[in-house]
Amino acid sequence: MARYLLVRLLQSLVTLVLASMVVFAGVRALPGDPARALAGEDADPAAVAAIRARLGLDDPLPVQYLKFVGNLLHGDLGTSVRTGQPVIDLIKATLPVTLWLSLFAVLIAVVVGIGAGTAAAVWRGRWPEWVANLAALVGLSVPSFWLGILAILYLAVGLHWFPASGYVPLTDDPLRGIYYLVMPAAVLGTALAAVVMRQTRASMIATLTTDYVRTARAKGLPRSKVLTGFALRNSMIVVVTIVGLQLGGLISGAVVTERIFGLPGFGKLTLDSVFTRDYPVIEAVVLVVTVAYIVINLVVDLVYSLINPRIRVGGRTS
Amino acid sequence: MPSDDEALLSVTGLEVSFRTHEGLRPVVHGVDLRVARGERVAVVGESGSGKSTTAAAVIGLLPGTGTVSGGRVSFAGEDVTHADEKRLQRLRGREIGLIPQDPMSNLNPATRVGHQVAETLLAHRLAGRSAARKRAVELLGEAGIPEPERRYRQYPHELSGGLRQRVLIAIALACEPDLLIADEPTSALDVTVQRGILDHLERLRAERGASLLFVTHDLGLAADRADRVVVMSQGRIVEEGPAARILREPQHEYTKALVAAAPSLASARAAREAAATPDAAPAGSGSEPILVVDDLVRSFRIRGRSERLTAVDHVSFEVRPGTTTAVVGESGSGKTTLARLVLGLDTPDAGEVRVDSEHVATATGARRRAIRRAMQPVFQDPYASLDPMFTVEHLVDEPLRVFKVGDRASRRSRVAELLDHVALPRSVAQRHPTELSGGQRQRVAIARALALEPRLMVCDEAVSALDVLVQDQILTLLGDLQRDLGLTYLFITHDLAVVRLVAHDVVVMQQGTVVESGPVEAVFDAPEAGYTRELLAAIPGAGLVS
Repeated sequence: MARYLLVRLLQSLVTLVLASMVVFAGVRALPGDPARALAGEDADPAAVAAIRARLGLDDPLPVQYLKFVGNLLHGDLGTSVRTGQPVIDLIKATLPVTLWLSLFAVLIAVVVGIGAGTAAAVWRGRWPEWVANLAALVGLSVPSFWLGILAILYLAVGLHWFPASGYVPLTDDPLRGIYYLVMPAAVLGTALAAVVMRQTRASMIATLTTDYVRTARAKGLPRSKVLTGFALRNSMIVVVTIVGLQLGGLISGAVVTERIFGLPGFGKLTLDSVFTRDYPVIEAVVLVVTVAYIVINLVVDLVYSLINPRIRVGGRTS
Repeated sequence: MPSDDEALLSVTGLEVSFRTHEGLRPVVHGVDLRVARGERVAVVGESGSGKSTTAAAVIGLLPGTGTVSGGRVSFAGEDVTHADEKRLQRLRGREIGLIPQDPMSNLNPATRVGHQVAETLLAHRLAGRSAARKRAVELLGEAGIPEPERRYRQYPHELSGGLRQRVLIAIALACEPDLLIADEPTSALDVTVQRGILDHLERLRAERGASLLFVTHDLGLAADRADRVVVMSQGRIVEEGPAARILREPQHEYTKALVAAAPSLASARAAREAAATPDAAPAGSGSEPILVVDDLVRSFRIRGRSERLTAVDHVSFEVRPGTTTAVVGESGSGKTTLARLVLGLDTPDAGEVRVDSEHVATATGARRRAIRRAMQPVFQDPYASLDPMFTVEHLVDEPLRVFKVGDRASRRSRVAELLDHVALPRSVAQRHPTELSGGQRQRVAIARALALEPRLMVCDEAVSALDVLVQDQILTLLGDLQRDLGLTYLFITHDLAVVRLVAHDVVVMQQGTVVESGPVEAVFDAPEAGYTRELLAAIPGAGLVS
């Protein structure tokens, strides 16, 4: 297991290096000149050149890249061209908001999705399946910005159940923090819940017709035990994969949700930095998302091997 | 047949139906079946005969929309036909143990095998946690699993097919049920493994005095393992009686056909006939061999291990034109790797394969294409080897299109001709494989192989997935084609009984090496290798005929 982890970490490192190159090159391929953007529309060429020299944009690209990596290794993500704040501070301030939002979204999606998917598989061809299928179809089809606006209009403005916008750090006041997060998280998690529901339903139906489920019943195991211990557990293998794949997408999806609910999150930081060609911030943002993807994938693989002994590392067929 | 009073299991006028769009469709019609205490009854029939459905109805585990639409099932005098789920839970496992067919798919892949045995005891509250664990280890040991302590903690994928089947037997026996239902318990296993497991099961059953309902497609096996045989066809019982009587004097037409077609029995008869008639000169004797396999070696790297697995280990033999050479061996013997090497689908590490004196592995361009044309494969599973999106015509003329033979019209008439060859009506040309039966599909696969007028056909387990009657038809077809077209077959199979029926020469493989080879009569009548003797002895039903 330790060996496996080590190999996986090394692989992740390679991914990270490659990602940093792509990010670096990609950001520089963006149309628009940050020095000009910073100097203003009508600035004279000398001022633009001065800014360019200060930012090190005069250096050849490989030199710029090496400087960028060198700084990274020292934990220095640079300074925002736009605000002059250290990038690391910007990230520290915004990342937790997005992480909490995504975490709650996944939690809601998994609980609702697995519950509804199981119900749909067990009561196949009856009303619970119809309701779950319809809900999943709607959940997948409705764009999240529209769902967000509807939620604000009816649940916040109309019924006053939840606040329309705003954020309270969970570290300051957990209860109020959750209260503020529930609605945006539910909106963000809707599409994922629909995907999880469909996957759970499909793999449960497949598992319920397997020979080993029949054998379990032939042993005299009660139906409830067969459902939870056999069918659900084996179905989870597929579900975990899907959730893992979708999790990264959730972080990017948070951009829109944060905008609608006025959350001071990572998505807002991303948008702002892209619009102002704030190179250091864009680079840092993309790198953080890359690291998040890598970590999520690692965790998914480990969880995967926990629920599926067939791919457990070091497991061998004798 | 025992009377209702003394029967442990009594099935009367059982009718099972499946719900379809057109209403209830009955598949089992008025089946009467009794199993007395301690009696062994075998239900024999082809797939679709209703034998497994009948067994499933007894324990209330009909698949899908299946339902008992008439008749009665009673167990130990109690009517359990429409018993509620709670009663059925007690019946299953506790009073009736089920040994299912496929050891690969019948164990929960996510749970340790030992726990799957203990679970049965726990479900019926026959033991507490630690007692159940202890008893499960004993049961694994009793089922013939070495090192039961260690095996207890393993997962199904870490066990071989034979060991998994033993786990399933341990599960079925855990609660000491009065009746065991064994549904094709060993048909997925090699014959020698099958024999060991069935012998062991019989010993355990006899010790416990349990009754056995044995469901199988193999008449020879049924006769070997049961006191009484019940023959089913199309959802009805067509004949029943003592095992030996059914084999020697079958009354019903269907049973007669079954007895005639069963390879294990037919090969025993073939042996007697061969002994009685003077040996005809085998075809092609004296001519140049069409296929030469010379000192062939192929090994594979196994993940996580340093040593390589040698699947084919210095194998040599020759095939004369117009004859059939069978390569026989159990799973893992390397016979399929050998077939791939012969077909040029894989490259040997050492040694060579020559077809018509051309090297298969090194030939390129036109010579390679010529070899490919001269040699065509027929694979095991006619459900997997035909693209379901194509029509039969498209499937059969594909090799012609690939080799750019003829124009559209001539190809069409060639397809019709090929369908005639394999005794399929020309009308199937426009149908899709999904609309055909297993036997018809295999005929399509043979027609496709014949399209390029090959001289050598490599049949990899080409009849193993088929029911005995269909298997018999396909073997007859292959024989006719050989006689009419002068075809040569390399016939890869695990089934020695089939070998006796079709082959002139036989190559016996074990763990990648050839343990014995020669003319079929010589190998069958005076086997030299211990392994060949073991394989021959394991053919079910042979002893009952002679």
